[in-house]
Amino acid sequence: MTSSLATVSYIGATILFILSLGGLANPETARRGNVFGIIGMAIAVLATILGPRVTPAGIPWIVGALVVGGAVGLVAAKRVQMTQMPELVALMHSLVGLAACLVGFASYIDTSTVFPTAAEKSIHEMEIYIGILIGAVTFSGSIIAFGKLSGKIGGKPLLLPARHWLNLAGLLLVIWFGRVFLNAHGIGDGMLPLLVMTAIALLFGVHMVMAIGGADMPVVVSMLNSYSGWAAAATGFMLSNDLLIVVGALVGSSGAILSYIMCRAMNRNFISVIAGGFGTGGGAPVAAGGAQPAGEVAPIAAAETAELLREAKSVIIVPGYGMAVAQAQHTVYEITKHLREKGVNVRFGIHPVAGRMPGHMNVLLAEAKVPYDIVLEMDEINDDFPKTDVTMVIGANDIVNPAAQDDPASPIAGMPVLEVWKAKTSIVMKRSMASGYAGVDNPLFYKDNNRMLFGDAKKMLDEVLVALKS
Amino acid sequence: MALLIGVPKETAAGEKRVATVPDVVEKLVKLGFSVAVESGAGDAANFADDTYRAAGAEVLPTAAELWARSDIVFKVRAPSADEVGLMREGGTLISFIWPAQNPELMQQLAARKATVLAIDSLPRQLSRAQKMDALTSMAGISGYRAVIEAANAFGRFFNGQITAAGKIPPAKVFIAGAGVAGLAAIGTAANLGAIVRANDTRAEVADQVVSLGGEFVKVDYEEEGSGGGGYAKVMSEGFQQAQREMYAKQAKDADIIITTALIPGKPAPKLITAEMVASMKPGSVIVDMAGEQGGNCELTVPGEAVVRHGVTIIGYTDLVSRLAKQSSTLYSTNLLRVTEELCKTKDGVIDVNMEDDAIRGLTVIKDGGITWPPPPLKLPAPPPAKPAAAVAAPKGHGHGGGEPMSAKSLVTVFGIGALAFALVGLYAPASFLSHFTVFVLACFVGYMVVWNVTPSLHTPLMSVTNAISSIIAIGALVQVAPPLTGDGVDRPHALILGLAVFALALTAVNMFGGFAVTRRMLAMFRK
Repeated sequence: MTSSLATVSYIGATILFILSLGGLANPETARRGNVFGIIGMAIAVLATILGPRVTPAGIPWIVGALVVGGAVGLVAAKRVQMTQMPELVALMHSLVGLAACLVGFASYIDTSTVFPTAAEKSIHEMEIYIGILIGAVTFSGSIIAFGKLSGKIGGKPLLLPARHWLNLAGLLLVIWFGRVFLNAHGIGDGMLPLLVMTAIALLFGVHMVMAIGGADMPVVVSMLNSYSGWAAAATGFMLSNDLLIVVGALVGSSGAILSYIMCRAMNRNFISVIAGGFGTGGGAPVAAGGAQPAGEVAPIAAAETAELLREAKSVIIVPGYGMAVAQAQHTVYEITKHLREKGVNVRFGIHPVAGRMPGHMNVLLAEAKVPYDIVLEMDEINDDFPKTDVTMVIGANDIVNPAAQDDPASPIAGMPVLEVWKAKTSIVMKRSMASGYAGVDNPLFYKDNNRMLFGDAKKMLDEVLVALKS
Repeated sequence: MALLIGVPKETAAGEKRVATVPDVVEKLVKLGFSVAVESGAGDAANFADDTYRAAGAEVLPTAAELWARSDIVFKVRAPSADEVGLMREGGTLISFIWPAQNPELMQQLAARKATVLAIDSLPRQLSRAQKMDALTSMAGISGYRAVIEAANAFGRFFNGQITAAGKIPPAKVFIAGAGVAGLAAIGTAANLGAIVRANDTRAEVADQVVSLGGEFVKVDYEEEGSGGGGYAKVMSEGFQQAQREMYAKQAKDADIIITTALIPGKPAPKLITAEMVASMKPGSVIVDMAGEQGGNCELTVPGEAVVRHGVTIIGYTDLVSRLAKQSSTLYSTNLLRVTEELCKTKDGVIDVNMEDDAIRGLTVIKDGGITWPPPPLKLPAPPPAKPAAAVAAPKGHGHGGGEPMSAKSLVTVFGIGALAFALVGLYAPASFLSHFTVFVLACFVGYMVVWNVTPSLHTPLMSVTNAISSIIAIGALVQVAPPLTGDGVDRPHALILGLAVFALALTAVNMFGGFAVTRRMLAMFRK
């Protein structure tokens, strides 16, 4: 295959990748979009292998690596449970980051590349430096994110003293070593600053994600998604490969947009999420200004819940991370099916940051066979709450907190929330009265039309289902 | 020592309720009390003595014995003078009392050194008092029963029907006063299929009327009618004039009128005049729920159903008793909640804690000293009007971005962008610039495409972008075995090969795994 043919194949692959993302605009076309992605990837890889840059001597190695890696990937994709999707995605980001680092190092020690001018050589080296930097941050950050999401590392933000200064010092060191690296004469001279920078970048990635709390994870996961794209783009610059640049840019901007959407859904500034902790300065989140809600919490039993659901005409279910933890989505579906057969209008209201990654709840509900046309976004359903008889909140807290609208002193003031309290009755399923991630007490629990169903979501929902069927 | 709760048979004429039902007896026993019931107390409400025994109560043959032995007496109606005479010195009584209307009874009870909790004196504004609010539960029942009485006296269907024998129009029901009883009546009538209209001087109840399926009829006059504590107040003359006109109009149109207008401590307002009754269609029905306070209709005879000008006017004062089983159950549950508040330790001993706002309000006589009326409640100030700026939550993301940026930030962004591009253009070599062009354009394409992705597919989006980012495999591929020219003699082949193959294996995990898991997820999305 000639060089021109390979280039044309790359253009075809690029178009297929863009179509692939475009297909995700709705569930009908999404499956086709995924197929486009697969074809695009196959074309790109084959064109490269058969192209002028790979000699036949390398093919056994390539096939071996693809078979081993592919087998691992397929097994992982088959085994993973839908509740573990965030972990899997985070882990995969780390692989991209690590691969970007390795390619960067390999590119640096490769002396066979020749540069016509000194400026181009410097640019190449800068690209390597930046590529490895982004790759390393992505790698270590994703590993920590994986640990946090899978519960191997505690979800609490780790706030080192003077952490902003630590980050700033790290950045300055990286710039300083970048200068040393560019001025180095041989590969041996440049290796030391490159390795030191890699170590700093790895530490920075760890520190950055450690400082972010559990409920901010959707932002982190989408941000790392973005980084893995930028790492690919940087590699593209390094190797003068437009395909890598385009794809990296697509992935990078996709992740950036997701991060932006997540931040807006929490009414948080992107910088403040990344800087870590909740609120600035890490002070006591419940300031004296925040009015403590007063009143009494009315508990309810599973049988009474079933009673309410049975008598309702319209029900909205608001799931949260608690549903994922308890693996309750299948029971939720059973209840939904039962009620819909009885003519009850059951729908789902999904907050953009419900769960631990963007769209997490949608995937869980889809897994449980809930039809996607009754799963609605916050903006689509928020006006319908006053016309609803019963809302069931399963393992969610901050995303249904009326204080976000009523109490300007609340740490989550201004965050868009699902207005479940406007329904005739709301039922909140929760393990205990503990406050949510934000550490904010939830006045919803004290409202007159709210009932609390305490206990494990799965267990309680099973009881509700039994009571419904009897 | 556990206290004994006594439940006598109600002595007032026509009263069918009983203060405690067997289900509640069980719960009182669980709280540590012993319970005694006068024989026959529950008969009128269909609760036999045996069911009380089965629930753990002792059944005593006479009222005298019951009053003499009970530490606490649960009653529905305020006790008669005879009953007060039976009461034991220093005992406790929980029932309706109406202290404002019954000053002599208060004196008699005080003379017995009694402690008296008047269920009608509950501070209803406290949200935690709602579970003890017998006035509300009784009003709801009477509202329901009023509609049933009206349906009984009305000669037609409530709901409209089209039958083989012809079309039947739905009945038109007008409800004056949308308090608890009025709202219950609205809901009941709407459920029967009638067209329901309702009016209240308090404009804020309009939403509640609508939520129950009624239509709120406004009086064409501006005045706010909330009199505090959830009651209405007396309105100005101008308003009353406008209101009369509205009622006259409704009377001509409606088939059924249910009036529930009461102002505490005052005779019921006369809303429906004799002329209005005369203007109604023959066969129409008026249920006057304010019969006890003289009635909202001029022609009401309290306690009776009469026909005037062809219109049946029902003035029953015992609507609640006509649903004795239901009202006894709710009333006794209210009393149980009061008892729970009094006995937080669950050991069968009560503590009349005058620091507690709800109990302070309920207690009208404490150990023989009259404590009525209670000091005004220190209610938290009503929530201030919401600061609009803070509440205006940013409009959520639709597809294609939110509000346009402000001009200032737009200029800043473009300025920084232009500066960055200028720097790149000044210093970067041409080969870099062509890649840079591709990069910037690709960012824009990505931006446009990704905004169109539906939020429900964000997780598949992440996994597919993740799979696509394994395109970095290309970088590894070209390093595995490139065609070498003479220059690269000291190239560390083995090391590069190792790094590249390892990187390739990593990206392969991503590539295959990412697409496979996306496929698996997308297959689950179904209609």
